[in-house]
Amino acid sequence: MTEFLQQLLNGISLGAVFALIALGYTMVYGVLRFINFAHSDVFMVGAFGGYYLGRLVPEGTLWGGLLVLAGAMALCAGLGILIERLAYRPLRGAPTLNVLITAIGMSLLLQNLGQYLFGATPRAFPEVFPVTNYEVGGVYISSNQIVVIAVAGLLLLGLEYIVHRTKIGTAMRAVSLNPKAASLVGINNDVVISFTFGLGSALAAAGGILYALNYPSIDPLMGTLPGLKAFVAAVLGGIGNIPGAALGGLLIGIVETFVNGSQWSTYKDAIAFAVLIIILLFRPAGLLGRFSVEKV
Amino acid sequence: MPIPSPLRLLGLLTSSLLLAAALPAQEAIKVGEFASLTGKEAVFGQSSHKGTLLAAEEINAAGGLLGRKLELITEDNQSKQGESATAVKKLISRDKVIAILGEVASSRSLEAAPIAQKEKVPMISPSSTNPRVTEMGNYVFRVCFIDPFQGTVLAKFAKNTLKAKRAALLTSVSSAYSVGLAKFFREQFLADGGVIAVEQKFSEGDKDFKAQLTAVRAAGVDAIFVPGYYTEAALITKQARQLGLHVPIFGGDGWEAPALIELGGKAVEGVFYSTHYSPEIPTPEVQGFVQKFRARFGGETPDAMAALGYDSMLVLADAIRRAGTTNGPALRDALAATKDFHGITGKTTLNAQRNAEKAAVIITVKDGQFKFVETVEP
Repeated sequence: MTEFLQQLLNGISLGAVFALIALGYTMVYGVLRFINFAHSDVFMVGAFGGYYLGRLVPEGTLWGGLLVLAGAMALCAGLGILIERLAYRPLRGAPTLNVLITAIGMSLLLQNLGQYLFGATPRAFPEVFPVTNYEVGGVYISSNQIVVIAVAGLLLLGLEYIVHRTKIGTAMRAVSLNPKAASLVGINNDVVISFTFGLGSALAAAGGILYALNYPSIDPLMGTLPGLKAFVAAVLGGIGNIPGAALGGLLIGIVETFVNGSQWSTYKDAIAFAVLIIILLFRPAGLLGRFSVEKV
Repeated sequence: MPIPSPLRLLGLLTSSLLLAAALPAQEAIKVGEFASLTGKEAVFGQSSHKGTLLAAEEINAAGGLLGRKLELITEDNQSKQGESATAVKKLISRDKVIAILGEVASSRSLEAAPIAQKEKVPMISPSSTNPRVTEMGNYVFRVCFIDPFQGTVLAKFAKNTLKAKRAALLTSVSSAYSVGLAKFFREQFLADGGVIAVEQKFSEGDKDFKAQLTAVRAAGVDAIFVPGYYTEAALITKQARQLGLHVPIFGGDGWEAPALIELGGKAVEGVFYSTHYSPEIPTPEVQGFVQKFRARFGGETPDAMAALGYDSMLVLADAIRRAGTTNGPALRDALAATKDFHGITGKTTLNAQRNAEKAAVIITVKDGQFKFVETVEP
């Protein structure tokens, strides 16, 4: 039982990070109907942003950690907006395939730029938050895991608030529903899309830092695998659906952890993707996604 | 490690030639060495070459071999693919060397080995650990142990020093090094009456090991063996401590890098790993070697490559003395019969596969520094 609870906890703290990245994929898809493959590399930039900012604040303080988190999120929000402005906006209205290929190019550019600027050798991520280990009835939880779960939970609630209770959130939903009609009623689509990219990238940066806190070795290619899993999580939950992405992230994290702790750990990625295939077979639009009929 | 200027290299090369020039009339025994003196592995190549050179100089100072002087002819392969074959061909056909010493990198030893084998010139690699090197033929030897052999040594260490009865194995399935090490560890540990309570796997590049470690914790073990490289080792140790697993964690020479301490921080205090040699070994041989090396090369402390380079020359000299001749087949037989030879890196015996069987050194981390613990005999 202790082992089960411990694995569940490990799974939730891993899944929380996947959830944060998955939100970025799902939001961009919701608004623009395309997969931003550069998203997983924004996640990497977030971790490196945290690495450099972490040197400026004293190690192991709560305010220092939060400052690093906020700084990296702001940095990546800027990067996300910049990527959209330079690479995707000129292609607005072009076939989806062109945008998709641009996204892959952007991803490779960021990875290689990262290797050029930061070097390819893994680096040790500083302990920006205070670290202590707690034991509750045989289950060990580190303060970093608490930070990961708490920050991810708060960001999710914040996002839910922005999307459903604010003006810009309403505009986002309007653009997602029908961009042409949205601009007809006076919504500036460019602003909404920039905001979506900024918000998604900030969440990816938070994910990057939380990931690096738990697994403190960062390198320019670190985004690839978590990014892929988060993408799967977004599809699993129903792409374009925000609570679905969060649910999918948690699910993938928990499944992966349980497989890892068993004798079949070598097949953990295979099993995670098999889960995806099975769920999509029965619910083609994902767990929480609604299947919509294309009207011609 | 500064890249040496061509002038200094020339100095190193000619110093050995000069030694040979100051000889009595009898012809010198020529030994060829190919090494990566420049290029990306120059750090290893330089160390190894310095060790070899020091040994050759000492042999000459003590009167040479079989009443003749020793002449070391060194060729630089620039750490490049293809250059080693050319260098060794030149050493054998033009310089008529009686034996070849080299290389550190297994890939370049593998290039040279078939040539030495074909020409029936014995070759000794100081520190190539890939098992395939000596499989190239019966004229190819090495004075270091091969990768998986450390598994055997570590099993003894776990049983005798750590007093472990139930061990956990955490193997990287995507690395041949890790799988080999785990296999030899398992065999020896079981033979010594130990129990492998749990075996978990991971892949190169994984960062989350908490799931595997939770399973390890549930199995109740008193030591964890992690055959792998330093990045994973540091992350695994850190996460194990976070999960309240405070049993000893240990691994092989893949852990030997400053990054282990950089990534692991306080968590890696008290971990153990095995390797070839440590300059801290408190025996008179090693301490004498460290002193001589420092005196000869401007205060530089010899690393494992230097010690193995030194031993490769001494093992060859020992075989020449026993053979009483430098004739290829006779020298090969003498090398193959090397038994309990006392070198810097321990008592060396060359086995039927022409690999060295010798003691390994156990290193620990204390106060953020690597510290010598003990020598483990096979």
